[in-house]
Amino acid sequence: MLEIRGISFGYPSHQVIQNASFTMYGGEFLCVLGPNGCGKTTLLKNILGLLSPSSGSILIGGEDIQSWSLTRRAQIMAYIPQAHVPPFPFKVIDVVLTGRTAYLARMGVPGEEDVRIAEDSLAELNISYLKDRIYTKISGGERQLVLIARALAQQPQILIMDEPTANLDFGREHQVLEHLRDLSGKGMSILMVTHDPDQAFYCAHRVVLMKDGGLLDVGIPGDVITEDSMFSMYAIRARIGGIKVSENKTVEVCVPVPKTIDNVASS
Amino acid sequence: MEPLVRGKRMHKYFNRLDLGITQLMVLLIIPIAVFLFSFAIGRYGIPLPELLATLYNHYFSPGAAGASNLDTVVFNIRLPRITVAMLVGAALSIAGAAYQGMFKNPLVSPDILGASAGAGFGACLTIFLSQSIYVVQASAFAFGLIAVLLAVLINEHLDYDPTLGLVLGGILISTLFSSGTGAIKYFADSNDKLPEITFWLMGSLASVDKRDIESILLPMLIGFSALYLVRWKLNVLAFGEDEARTLGINTRRLRWIVIIGSTLITAAAVSVCGIVGWIGLVVPHLARAMVGPNYRVLLPVSGILGASYLLLVDDMARCLASVEVPLGILTALLGVPFFILIFKNSVRGWK
Repeated sequence: MLEIRGISFGYPSHQVIQNASFTMYGGEFLCVLGPNGCGKTTLLKNILGLLSPSSGSILIGGEDIQSWSLTRRAQIMAYIPQAHVPPFPFKVIDVVLTGRTAYLARMGVPGEEDVRIAEDSLAELNISYLKDRIYTKISGGERQLVLIARALAQQPQILIMDEPTANLDFGREHQVLEHLRDLSGKGMSILMVTHDPDQAFYCAHRVVLMKDGGLLDVGIPGDVITEDSMFSMYAIRARIGGIKVSENKTVEVCVPVPKTIDNVASS
Repeated sequence: MEPLVRGKRMHKYFNRLDLGITQLMVLLIIPIAVFLFSFAIGRYGIPLPELLATLYNHYFSPGAAGASNLDTVVFNIRLPRITVAMLVGAALSIAGAAYQGMFKNPLVSPDILGASAGAGFGACLTIFLSQSIYVVQASAFAFGLIAVLLAVLINEHLDYDPTLGLVLGGILISTLFSSGTGAIKYFADSNDKLPEITFWLMGSLASVDKRDIESILLPMLIGFSALYLVRWKLNVLAFGEDEARTLGINTRRLRWIVIIGSTLITAAAVSVCGIVGWIGLVVPHLARAMVGPNYRVLLPVSGILGASYLLLVDDMARCLASVEVPLGILTALLGVPFFILIFKNSVRGWK
């Protein structure tokens, strides 16, 4: 579905991404995990066409997307940024309608069909009640869901997101993640950048580990997120273990090891 | 059955316009009322019945009309002035609204990229050189465009955040042209040139005639159409550069369209009436407080309100004192309390 072939990206002063390659399959939930500054956001921007890689290529369905127009990209890939507050108090439905931009005639405005699709997107996330509310006056978690609805209104094949749950509290973070798992279950391909190994454990099929602009490992979360790889990426010691959440479901979690325990143990 | 279906469809249409029927009526009535009111007041007031009679005679019995005194006042003095006032008001408000969206900043006005400063310089230069009023207008228009072009060029060479770079370029160019204007004022003859320059810079519609309409019509039509066609995309641009691009918008091209459209109408407006501040800042806020920030509706509503507002202000300029009060002074005087009022009461106006 999405194939990253040896892409590099850099500024004259330093290289941000070095020769990264991985493949994302259709319907997959893929997490890109890495510490701050490892180049994961830059990688996303290259995929989205906001930056152009200095070498390598990005293929979707076997086609190099470098030559694609912004409109075509927007019809295939939808970007979900971190929720932020725009300077003007748009209505929620208008925000979701901006997701239809790539389908409008060059100088057109959204029509009834677009409104219907936008309303369906809101309904899919169970937030139809927000439709006529003011986007700047709803909660951060609701804003994030509205942005996901906007992405759905783009009717994309891939959802791409950069730390979509940053700035959200524990409850809202997991509401959003739950919605994403739900979408993934319905067959949507999702590429999500995160710095949190628990999120990768919680919802990813596979995970790409990044460090200093290169790929450390790619694989199933349980295989590649290990105490060793955590130390290598974040330079902290962590323990990983499963917590049984129901009869047949265990969620892996990653817990940092407090330094004081060592001190107490050794003294 | 039939009327019910039609009523429903109408309702749907208003919903899509994001306007209630009351709002729509208000927006239709205000400009018409102000338009008729503007004939009725002033040193040579023309009450409604007489106005209608004159209009009727002008178009349906041309023989009788030509001689009439009233006909001359209506068609050569009052109507051109009213038309230009409405065009200029609409122009500055629409350009202001468009720029506020593009710069993602509600405190931006249409002269942010130096259009007014450039036009002011162009006008002062030609007044200083004792050129005719038409040369002054042409020069004001040309220098308005040149100033914005320079600001854009600075941004292109800065390799900086594109909107911030534009603001920076605009500030630099405005400063440059303002100091040029200052220099001309310093050297101008303080008995005739300096007052003329000063008066021009404060803005006035007193000397407007029919030819002015013709000279600003083309750039205004081009500018209005360009901005009207991209009205939906302006919404998307307000979410920022990256998001707009991932939603499928060529932001660079869109910025060019907005800049060219806004600059054409701003430069045309300033070229006939001098520098009239505050309208482009205040009116979009008024419109936003009324109909919300969606540019589909906001842009035309800003135009309607701007046209009515400047026409009213110009009526005051004509009638307040025995001599004409400069427009720029009135718009600023009215703008400040108006602005405070809007911000105090505005629920949907600004976060």
